[in-house]
Amino acid sequence: MSAPAQRYQVADRPPFNLTDLLLRWEVLLIALLVLVVAINGWATPNFLDFYNMTDATQVFSEKAILALAMALLIIAREIDLSVAAIIALASLAMGYCATQGFHAPVLICVGLGVGMLCGMLNGFLVTRLNAPSIALTIGTMSLYRGIARGVLKDQTYTQYPPDFQSFGQDYVTSSVPIYMSFLLFLVLAGVAALVLHAMPVGRKIMASGNNPVAARFSGVPVDRIRFLLFVASGLAAGLASVLLTARLGSTRPDIASGFELEAVTIVVLGGVSILGGSGTIGGVVLAAIVLGLVQFGLSLNNVTGIEISVMIGALLIGAIALPIIVRRLLGRSSTH
Amino acid sequence: MKSLLQQRETVLALIIVAMGVAVSFWAPNFLAVKNFVDIATDTSFLTMMALAQMTVILTRGIDLSVASTLACSGMAAALIGKADLALPALLLVFIGIAVGGVLGMLNGLLVAALGIPPIVVTLGTMLVFRGLTFMIAQGKWVHDYEMSSSFLALPNVPILGVPMLVWIALIVIALFYVFLSYTRTGRMLYAVGGNPLAARYVGISVARQQFIVYAISGAVAGLCGVLWVSHFGTATPDGAVSFELQVVAACVIGGVSVAGGVGTVAGAVLGTLFLGVIENALSLINGSSHWQMAIAGLAIVTAVIINARSERTVGKLILPEARRAALKGSAR
Repeated sequence: MSAPAQRYQVADRPPFNLTDLLLRWEVLLIALLVLVVAINGWATPNFLDFYNMTDATQVFSEKAILALAMALLIIAREIDLSVAAIIALASLAMGYCATQGFHAPVLICVGLGVGMLCGMLNGFLVTRLNAPSIALTIGTMSLYRGIARGVLKDQTYTQYPPDFQSFGQDYVTSSVPIYMSFLLFLVLAGVAALVLHAMPVGRKIMASGNNPVAARFSGVPVDRIRFLLFVASGLAAGLASVLLTARLGSTRPDIASGFELEAVTIVVLGGVSILGGSGTIGGVVLAAIVLGLVQFGLSLNNVTGIEISVMIGALLIGAIALPIIVRRLLGRSSTH
Repeated sequence: MKSLLQQRETVLALIIVAMGVAVSFWAPNFLAVKNFVDIATDTSFLTMMALAQMTVILTRGIDLSVASTLACSGMAAALIGKADLALPALLLVFIGIAVGGVLGMLNGLLVAALGIPPIVVTLGTMLVFRGLTFMIAQGKWVHDYEMSSSFLALPNVPILGVPMLVWIALIVIALFYVFLSYTRTGRMLYAVGGNPLAARYVGISVARQQFIVYAISGAVAGLCGVLWVSHFGTATPDGAVSFELQVVAACVIGGVSVAGGVGTVAGAVLGTLFLGVIENALSLINGSSHWQMAIAGLAIVTAVIINARSERTVGKLILPEARRAALKGSAR
């Protein structure tokens, strides 16, 4: 008995192709990372020192945590511009509790709780009331930060207990010079990668972002996924608030201002399509580290913050524009 | 009459009037003519910027770089004015419009020619233009004593008791109304935003429309930048930081749909008036505006939800017999 001859051969995956692998976004980002480290190592003698590197991680870990949740949201074709405002609101709540004499465990729970509630409100409004997330989260951004500003007025909360501050300022253990924020970022990156790339829900997130209507007709609970992603984004903002507040040891109304756009920048530079439906966590992690090291390295060399932001803006546009221009120049043969 | 009441613009106008009446109980001086002029003056920049932003949002785009463009062109004009105090004020205004227009065209080129998503392009150029402002200013301010008196007087000259700035805003409103309602290009913008594919099939160049709206957005930001500098008497590199979010918020409150294709000049103007009245009322009642941001946020969220509700009913039955049939069907 012979099996009927197959008319079409459908392979499980595309054939291996070296140029495709080399042109992958993540590989380009690794090249960029090597370049950034090399330039920094050449320009700043002690840049590659382990303690220096670990200091560098402290600067970008909070934003990187925001970017992980933002990446999942953007892949699902939503966006959360209120994350920085959630940080401010959670920080306000923690500051208030700290003045009431509470210690680290309570403060951390309060920070995460406020973040989760804000995320739930965003998710509820987007999924139940069909509000477009880009406009809605501009509104909740103004609402959350407005509450923080209205309550705080021109004051600052600074009375944080030492056990809380050490959470953001000290190494995890004295023998290993790694900050809690960076460790949490690595753990969460692993979790996000697992969720997106190795679990069924990851495929559902991709499907919801690629074509929400088709996904819904295929039985994907699109709205539930979106809601949960907004909650995750709120929780990530709550966690970032805990880390940032503990590191700074103070709460001001303008804490973390502009973080939402930096998180979006990381996500886009990480190769996630802003239109939804594609992207990898690996790319986002690499982009966070590249951007963090660029900022840290430049500031070590007395480049002002504003010149750094020019370079980041140019990097963002250049990274997206260059492949398009190259593809145009090469003709359309490579894009099928 | 009923259809008039159902229009968002009418509802928004009624809400603003109701707010004004309520505020006047706490603060009787709210109803003074001078206070109305103040509100108009304070919202002039927001109104012009919101109209420009609306044309961008109509094409399903967004321009987050407007605040940086405003600061950059204002600074450029201030520096040129400082170098030669004899330059006429009007020339500086045109320089500002030109600088803003060029920056806007850069956005337009990246969006239209390369097809990069507008939010990515303008997020990037927001950072770049802001940095550019710091660089040309070398981090320093340009103060009022370094500007010519005719330049400083320009937006504040009263005509019929109303500052020039308000008149300029009124002219800009009129221009946008004519442009969006009565010109081919203006009508095409709605087509492009409503359904880009269909627009393409009837022969409208989507890329050309995109390029035009970003150029307009930049030019208006440039105009506002120069007027901003002369109105406040200083040019600062960090001027108008995060103003872009207020501008987008005003559009959203005014009923402009971020999904594109929906929005009116009256709506955008009322959206800015709404924010202006809140700010003015809070400062009259309270003496401070710490809660202004939170209230604006609440207003934006409410507006977004109302917009989402109204957009859910897709399409409208145009033929009277079809509408009658539908009504009969729903009555059963």
